[in-house]
Amino acid sequence: MSFDWMRIPWSLVTLFIVFNYGLLLNALIAKIAARVGRRHGIPLWQNYVDLIKNYGQRTTISHGVHFYLGPVFRLTGGIGLLLFVPTLYGSAYFANLSFAGDLILALYFVFFGTLGMALGAGESGHPYAALGVSRGLSQVTAAELPFALAVFAVALQYQTLSVTEIVAAQQGGIHHWTLFTNPLAVAAAMLSFLGSMMRPPFDLVLAPQEIPIGPPTEYHSSYLALLQTNRAIFPIAKVVIYMNLFFGGATNWPVFFLKVFLITMVSVVVGVVSPRFRVEQSIRWFLIWAVPIGILAILWV
Amino acid sequence: MKAELEKRLVTGPDGVEFEVDPLRDYYCDALPEVQRPAYLRIVEDLFNWARAESIWILGFGTGCGAIEMRPLMTPRFDAYRYGIQWRPTPRQANLFVISGYLSVKTLKRVIRSYEQMQNPKYVVGLGSCTLNGGMYFDSYNTIKRLDQYLPVDLYITGCMPRPEALLAGFLELKKLIRAGKAEGANQYAANFAWYKANQKQVIHDWDMPDYNW
Amino acid sequence: MPSNADPMSLAGVHARLQALFPLGDLAPRRAGLAFVDLPATCAPPALSHLRDREGFGHLVLLTAVDWLEEELFQLTYLVCNREARLDLGLRVRIPREPARMESIHDIWPTAATYQRELREMFGIDFPGSPRLDEAFILEDWRDIPPYRRDFDTLRFARENFAERPGRETWDPASHMRQRLYPEANPGMDPSVPGDRS
Repeated sequence: MSFDWMRIPWSLVTLFIVFNYGLLLNALIAKIAARVGRRHGIPLWQNYVDLIKNYGQRTTISHGVHFYLGPVFRLTGGIGLLLFVPTLYGSAYFANLSFAGDLILALYFVFFGTLGMALGAGESGHPYAALGVSRGLSQVTAAELPFALAVFAVALQYQTLSVTEIVAAQQGGIHHWTLFTNPLAVAAAMLSFLGSMMRPPFDLVLAPQEIPIGPPTEYHSSYLALLQTNRAIFPIAKVVIYMNLFFGGATNWPVFFLKVFLITMVSVVVGVVSPRFRVEQSIRWFLIWAVPIGILAILWV
Repeated sequence: MKAELEKRLVTGPDGVEFEVDPLRDYYCDALPEVQRPAYLRIVEDLFNWARAESIWILGFGTGCGAIEMRPLMTPRFDAYRYGIQWRPTPRQANLFVISGYLSVKTLKRVIRSYEQMQNPKYVVGLGSCTLNGGMYFDSYNTIKRLDQYLPVDLYITGCMPRPEALLAGFLELKKLIRAGKAEGANQYAANFAWYKANQKQVIHDWDMPDYNW
Repeated sequence: MPSNADPMSLAGVHARLQALFPLGDLAPRRAGLAFVDLPATCAPPALSHLRDREGFGHLVLLTAVDWLEEELFQLTYLVCNREARLDLGLRVRIPREPARMESIHDIWPTAATYQRELREMFGIDFPGSPRLDEAFILEDWRDIPPYRRDFDTLRFARENFAERPGRETWDPASHMRQRLYPEANPGMDPSVPGDRS
C-alpha cells in the first residue's frame, strides 16, 4: 500500500483550522456562560492573547520528566484523536490518516490524554493535582462505559470498525443518521458526552473553587499553554467522533462548523444551568442512567 | 521550626531507612535571576501587549480589600471584558493584588506565593494600608510599607478603593506593562538580599528556604 | 423585667445558682442578658451546672479585660440558653501575675480555642488546655503579649515596621469641625495629631 505524502500537509491544515476554531469556540462558550450570568465576558480573541502570554512567560520550572511529558501526552491525545478520524467525509484532503480500524484507536486516544495528565500531575506533587486526577480517572472510566457500549452498538449495526464506512452508511438524508436508526446508542453516547466535556455538572476534575483547578494546578507558562492548545483541539476532536458516528458526519467545512457547534452546545446548555456532581454521584449517574441505555442499544441491534 | 520541617530519619515501606530534610528536599532553593527580555524588540513588544491584555490575578485575598475584588467578577463591573481573570494557583497567575492590610503572618504566605509566580509578575498594592499603614499605622501585627518587602508596580489608594478605582488601577497597570516598565520580578531578583533582609526583620519564624519556587 | 418568681428568667437562674455558689449581684443589661461576678475557683463548676442543669448549652465567648491599674484580668464567660433565649455572662477576676485560670475545655471543647487566643494575646495560662502553646495568630512572638495594656503598640510598630515618610495624621473630630464650621472655631488647629506619642 502506498502512502500519499500529501496527506501530511493537509492534516496540518486540518489541525490549523480546528485549532483556531477551537480557540474561538471556547471563547464563545465562555461568552455564553457569561451572558447567562448577565456579564459580557471575555473578548472572543482572549484565548489567543492568553496563549501568547503563556508562551511568553520568561521562566518555567520543572518537577521532573513526567511533569514535562504530561502536557505533551495530553496534546498528543488531542491531535491523535483528531488525525485518525476523517474530519470531512468524502474529502480527499481532510480524510487525514483514517484507516480501517480507526474506531478502536479513537476509543483509546480519548483515554490517552487523561492518562498522560495523570502521570504529569502526579509528579507535580500538588495534593489537589492528585485529587483531581483520581477524580478524573474514575469519572472518565465511568463515562467511557456507555460510550464504548454505544460505539459497539454502532459497529455492530454497520458491521465495520472504520469511521469512514460508518459515515458513508449514514449519507443520503437526515433519516439515515444513527441518531434515527439507533437512537438508544446515541442517547447513551450523548449522556457520556456530557461527562467527558469537563463542564458542569461533571466538572469535578477541575472543580474551580473547590480543589483549585485540579490536575493543572502546578502547570504554568508554556506547559499551561500546551494544555490550553489541547483544550482547543481535544473537545473538537471528540465532537468530530460523535458527529461521524451519530450525526452523519460533515462533507464540507460550514456543515462541520455548524454540527460541531451544535453538539458542543448540548454540553454547554446543560452545563450553564447545572451545579456540580460529586464524584460518587456522577459515577452512580453514569452507571444508572447511561450504561443501561448502552446495553439496550446493543441488544436492540 | 515546626516538627514536620526538621531533618529526620524515615523508614520506607520496604524497610529502607533514609534521611529526609524537608527544607532541602521539598523546595528548590536556587535563587532568582534577572531574566532578560526577548532578543527582538518587536517580540518583546508583542509579549508585553499579550501580558497587558491577559492579566491573571492570583485569587488570594490577603486583607479586607479582597471584598472589593469580588464585585469585579459580577455583571456590574465585569473585569473579564478587559482580559482580567482570576487564577486559583500562583503558578499560573501573574498579578498579585495585596488587598489592604498585610499582617506579618499573611506576609509570610504572600512571599511564598509571590515567589512561586513566574517572571514577569506584578504586584498591586490596594488601599492606604499597603502604602503607609493606613488606619493600622500603630498595629502590632501589620506592615506599613509594602514596597519594603515586595516590588510594587502600582498602588491604588483609598480606604477602601471602590471597584471602579480598581478597574482604573488595572488599566493603568496595563499601560505600564505595555511600556515595559513593570519589571518587578527582575527588580526583586536584582535587590534580592535587601528584600530578604527586610522580610526576615519582621518574620521571626522563618521556616522556609530563602527562595521557594 | 420578669419577677424573681419566674423560674425561666435570669433572676430565677441567679437565685438557684446563688444557693450553690457565692455569687455577686445580677447586673442586667437588657431583657435576656445579664452579668454576674463570682470567684475564679467557682467558675468551672458554675459553668458545668449551668450547662447540665439550666440548659445553657452554648458557650458564646470567652474573653478577657486587662485591669492594669488594679493588677487584675477579668475573664468573661458568656453562655447562652437557646430555648429560653437567655444569655448569662460570668465574670471572674484573676491576678495579673501569675495569670492563671482553670481550663474549661472539658466542659466545652470549643473553649480550648478561646484559651489559646487568651494565652497568646494576654499571656493567661490555662494548664491542661489542648494545643495551648501552639501559635494562634502571631507566629513566634517575642515581646510581651500584645493585648496587655502595658504593651505599647505604637512604639512597637515604629520599631519593627518600616514607615513611609510624609504621613500626616489628623484628628477626625477636630478636622471635620474645622472643615464644616470654620467660623465657629477660628483659633483651632485642624492638624491635631491623633498620634498618641
